Amino acid sequence: MSEIKKGYVRPLDIKHGRVDMSHGSGGRAMAQLIEELFLPAFDNVFLRQGNDGALLPPLPEEAGRMVVATDAHVVAPLFFPGGDIGCLSVHGTINDVAVMGAKPLYLAASFVLEEGFPLADLQRIVVSMAAAARAAGVPIVTGDTKVVERGKGDGVFIATTGIGWVPHCVELSGDRARPGDALLLSGCIGDHGMAIMSQRESLAFDAPIESDTAALHELIASMLACGADIRCLRDPTRGWLATTLNEIARQSQVGMMLDEAAIPVKPAVDAACEFLGLDPLYVANEGKLVAVCAASDAERLLAAMRAHPLGRAAAIIGSVHADPHQFVQMKTRFGGRRIVDWLTGEQLPRIC
Amino acid sequence: MKYVDEFRDGELAKVLAASIARNVDPARSYHLMEFCGGHTHAISRYGLNDFLPPAVHMVHGPGCPVCVLPIGRIDLAIQLALERGAILCSYGDTLRVPASNGLSLLKAKARGGNIRMVYSSADALKIARDNPQREVVFFAIGFETTTPPTALAIRQAHAEGMKNFSVLCNHVLTPAAINHILASPEVRQYGTVPLDGFIGPAHVSTVIGSRPYEGFAAGYRKPVVICGFEPLDVMQAILMLVRQLNQGRAEVENEFTRAVTRDGNLKAQALVAEVFETRDSFEWRGLGEVPSSALQIRAAFADFDAERRYGLSYAPVPDNPACECGAILRGLKKPQDCKIFGTACTPENPMGSCMVSSEGACAAHYTYGRYKDIEGVTA
Amino acid sequence: MCLAVPARVIEKRDNDQAIVELGGVTKEISLALVDGVEVGDYVIVHVGFALTRLDAEEAQRTLALFAEMSELVPDGSAP
Repeated sequence: MSEIKKGYVRPLDIKHGRVDMSHGSGGRAMAQLIEELFLPAFDNVFLRQGNDGALLPPLPEEAGRMVVATDAHVVAPLFFPGGDIGCLSVHGTINDVAVMGAKPLYLAASFVLEEGFPLADLQRIVVSMAAAARAAGVPIVTGDTKVVERGKGDGVFIATTGIGWVPHCVELSGDRARPGDALLLSGCIGDHGMAIMSQRESLAFDAPIESDTAALHELIASMLACGADIRCLRDPTRGWLATTLNEIARQSQVGMMLDEAAIPVKPAVDAACEFLGLDPLYVANEGKLVAVCAASDAERLLAAMRAHPLGRAAAIIGSVHADPHQFVQMKTRFGGRRIVDWLTGEQLPRIC
Repeated sequence: MKYVDEFRDGELAKVLAASIARNVDPARSYHLMEFCGGHTHAISRYGLNDFLPPAVHMVHGPGCPVCVLPIGRIDLAIQLALERGAILCSYGDTLRVPASNGLSLLKAKARGGNIRMVYSSADALKIARDNPQREVVFFAIGFETTTPPTALAIRQAHAEGMKNFSVLCNHVLTPAAINHILASPEVRQYGTVPLDGFIGPAHVSTVIGSRPYEGFAAGYRKPVVICGFEPLDVMQAILMLVRQLNQGRAEVENEFTRAVTRDGNLKAQALVAEVFETRDSFEWRGLGEVPSSALQIRAAFADFDAERRYGLSYAPVPDNPACECGAILRGLKKPQDCKIFGTACTPENPMGSCMVSSEGACAAHYTYGRYKDIEGVTA
Repeated sequence: MCLAVPARVIEKRDNDQAIVELGGVTKEISLALVDGVEVGDYVIVHVGFALTRLDAEEAQRTLALFAEMSELVPDGSAP
């Protein structure tokens, strides 16, 4: 961003104003939007450099590799119990970096705004993002804004990219699961998906369900520090628990056996799923992770997870075994066995 | 959750499993058809087969309205959205069913069709009220459980004098389907398909009562046990059927007494009779034309009948010739017997009615149980 | 085959509407298809409508039957 002439004719009317095409054109209006709405929230030493890209300090000294992850966020509604698209976009990318075993260092964020989007809502989102980034200790160092015509965007889309650093001694990968390994889950599943469902027009109900959106990098750091031999970490977001486990099973060419009774689900989520004919195993999460570790380390890892606020409800939910067909099976609460398969597409509420 | 969790108690499951095992006559086998997709789903989801002795065989019936919905009817719905500019409201179950020309309702939405998922017929009415300048069509499917809500919507629209709302009616009737299966030559005359008894629909029976099944039990000498949807209900019903068969009885028994009476919900029945009448015949995917098995909207409510309103004409669309759904729905074959099961035909790419919805026999087996077909898969 | 859940009526509203509760989740549904439902009753809910009242006594009786059946000998008589 080159030298801006200070002193705009009028300050941005954040309360009543709306995004219009000029805010994306690269001119005065866009500069004002950035200066008066984005920068006050995100303010940090990198953004104050005021350039098109951010100059970053050298990476950590310990031997390791860089990790980069990117995610687009198109959630609707934009605001939901427990969060919004802003903090979601920060947490999601931090988590993608962190499950690689990396310390998340910096974030970049780009916004596609729809013409007519209220500036008040944009500010709400940006403030939420800034708070999430600050709480996580991961600054947003550079960004971009574009505006599309009314009708071509759902209010706002946000894409975030994150950089992290993983030391050589940490080797997490989906193909490292071995027969005998334990499967751990950091907490209750289905919260985010059901919180979203509760807002959607056609499925309105007042349920005390909040999205679990959270940055997991500190939980992961304590897990890595406890000395357990962790093979792999994943966050079951869009993939849902079922698909995430199937992915690992396929990558590692193993089978899995889950214990339904051990999988934590909040009663309200269970009930909401019941109403709609949904299976919590196939509902989105935004603040959970799955860990595969050596059986002998399971208890130690579990203790480390439970010691952290984001892992209080952590549980050992199953184990890995040899299986040429790579099925993920489950012993149901009821006692019989079933397969937990990949899902065809998005789970839709059933009537029958 | 009250009245849910107690009926999923694993300890009681063991007790019932032991009872079933003790009651099974070692000299014979028992072929029991569960008519409802909901029961198929319960059996699969809870792994109930693990609890049943080998002599008890569960045969999956056609009881899923999505499964038996002919492709041609979905084509009509797509037509209304893409060619007639209507807002098409549909339950979630139907959105992904593949129809003709590589389309489904979901794909038609991607092409620009204004297709909305609704949870209830009341939602469709609301959309019509909110969009008075647009035509709104409710794609109604379902057995007798789902029909009263549609009837209410039509009556409500009529009372409000709504000018932009109509229903594409695909409601079908359970007793007619059971009769069709029982009357099929293989079952009735040749006995090549042993069908010894039925687990009767749960919520359909809430509406129609247990009385309509008395004809089958007496006429075909097959016991029927009306059964709730929880896994313990299903096990109890199996036990009751086994006992009836051992004792040579063929009666209608009610396991789901907490929600089903002999008369059913008379208020709902009256409402349905006011708005709908029986069609002479209707195509069921997999079963062909079945007489007196479906409903159409009465002339008094013609304004709300999408078929009349848009002058729709139905064109049947045949299934893939390799598809064995017809045989599977009647209990003549199992999913594994179908050549294209699990290969060309999967839940992602369903070729026939049994794979189309998660409650179809093939989909349920594929999703929850196919590991049993493969040897050497153990925990 | 129709997905329906048992839920408790916690509030009645105009136009046959009601609020029901299951496991802490509440939803607005219609009572238009059933008569004589009062707050505290349980109803079976399907696609936003109550289809029938759930008979609490019968529910208890059914549960008791599950446990009891194991006591009976195969011909149906009590031991």
